[in-house]
Amino acid sequence: MRPPSPSIPEREFLFTSLKQSLRLDGRQLLEMRRPTITFGTELGWVECSLGKTRVMAAVDAKMVKPPPERPYEGLITIHSEVSPMASPEYEPGRTSDEEVAITRMLDKILRRSDAVDKESLCILAGQRVWHLRLTIHCLADSGNMLDCACLAGIVALKHFRRPEVEVVGNEVTVHPPTERAPLPLSLHHTPLCLTFAFFPESSSRAATSTSSTKTTTVLDPSLLESTLSLGFLHVALNAQRELCVVQKAGGVPLTEDEILPLIKEVAVAKVRELDAFVESRLKEDWEGRKMFVEVR
Amino acid sequence: MASRIEILNDGGFRSDGRKQYELRDISFDLSPQSSADGSASVSHGLTQVVVSVFGPREAKMRRETIHDRANINVEVNVAPFSAGERRRRGRGDKRILEFGSIIKSTFEPVIQTSLYPRSQIDIYVQILQQDGGVLQACVNATTLALASAGIPLLDFVCAVTGGVHSTSPLLDLTTLEENDVPHVTVAVMPRTGKVTLVTMETRLHVDRFEEIFRLACEAGKVLHKEMRAAVRERTGVLVAAIGAAPRGTSAGMDAGDRDVVMDERIDDY
Repeated sequence: MRPPSPSIPEREFLFTSLKQSLRLDGRQLLEMRRPTITFGTELGWVECSLGKTRVMAAVDAKMVKPPPERPYEGLITIHSEVSPMASPEYEPGRTSDEEVAITRMLDKILRRSDAVDKESLCILAGQRVWHLRLTIHCLADSGNMLDCACLAGIVALKHFRRPEVEVVGNEVTVHPPTERAPLPLSLHHTPLCLTFAFFPESSSRAATSTSSTKTTTVLDPSLLESTLSLGFLHVALNAQRELCVVQKAGGVPLTEDEILPLIKEVAVAKVRELDAFVESRLKEDWEGRKMFVEVR
Repeated sequence: MASRIEILNDGGFRSDGRKQYELRDISFDLSPQSSADGSASVSHGLTQVVVSVFGPREAKMRRETIHDRANINVEVNVAPFSAGERRRRGRGDKRILEFGSIIKSTFEPVIQTSLYPRSQIDIYVQILQQDGGVLQACVNATTLALASAGIPLLDFVCAVTGGVHSTSPLLDLTTLEENDVPHVTVAVMPRTGKVTLVTMETRLHVDRFEEIFRLACEAGKVLHKEMRAAVRERTGVLVAAIGAAPRGTSAGMDAGDRDVVMDERIDDY
């Protein structure tokens, strides 16, 4: 069943307020919702929320035999699931377009960008490597689930500690966390994703080719804004100003001069803030746990 | 281990003999399939893609219809013999589904769907050979197939891939280059110069990105000239075939001869 599209008054109200640079929840046009990160008792369990959008991520590691073509690298698999709990739009079993988009973006941002150093996951070349499984559950969809899921995923990877392993000759001993302190994963960089939504000046669906059309850009769209927007730009970058993924799949055509400042200035600045926030939260949590770790 | 092939050597030549900003050999073939409403076969060097368009026609699935627009349905099929190693990809493969949804969202604002409410436009993409720049070829082929089907578009959509090798930008990458070098696919609408599609999956510094982004936009406009020439040529052939060419041109018989032929045939009865 198709979900009902927003009513005409809602649509008109949103478009008129955006023309005046007002957002329905009172934010500025390029303001993100405040992210909140909650850590579970287990290491690698994280729940992240952007306003009412909530996503949970968990990391799990086990030892496996590596495939013969890559004996020196560990394996990372990302399993993301959007259940109908997130929103009645998602049906169980059928993968909708949005789900495919989210899964593919997560794959590109967290796996293809080489965020995790796979060679450090190797225990015994050709025989034993770590297989990390990152599971992402989308709990509530109130717009921009992709950014939330990426944030949860990368924070979970940073939060996770794998057991220490000792290799003597061909023998592998895994030390449980009670004996030896578990080690963090070695991450090359921290990619973070930002989503921009576009609303052209004219409220008709076909954006005409006149150059005087002004587009309103909004960062971190809410649910209504994402349903009514006519184009998205997803940018994933790290705090070192390196772009990992840029995706603008169709939607409103924009000039280069409209796209580049968003990436070069806005995204870079926001990611720096977010990165600092993530680091501070991780430090806080680790301070809280340190009391229980005895170092012999 | 064999020595690595240089992406760009000191003389400014790439591994296949091209210069930095040189595009591969392009061939546009319109309407190779007469059974489809519109079709196009595009090849950029060794990458070959065929797109067939059916529509606007009555929607097969009632629930997919939209009351004021046409529904666009894109299906992508990658031939198992297209890549270096034979590999059969199922239809539910996420990468392929993503391809399809990217093409769909790229063309949704370009096709004038409001002219055909409650109908469906089907776009079937068949990838025959992959040598880098597959998305670029798919987008170009879809534009030409839609044009050959006579579906009204706001503008052409021309796509190009670009990459950066240390500090030198490259255009139209092959598989060898794509594996090595961060690359981006850009599709532009040439009349206004606006960008509809930008995809990048590899890590690239922001400043490098700006360079290659601007370059790819320029290259898209160059492709536009070629595509327009192909459409003009095809239209010329069609116009001559139906005899709608204006009188006084040397194409075919002139009006006097035609009438004579008709009369002769009537006399035979």
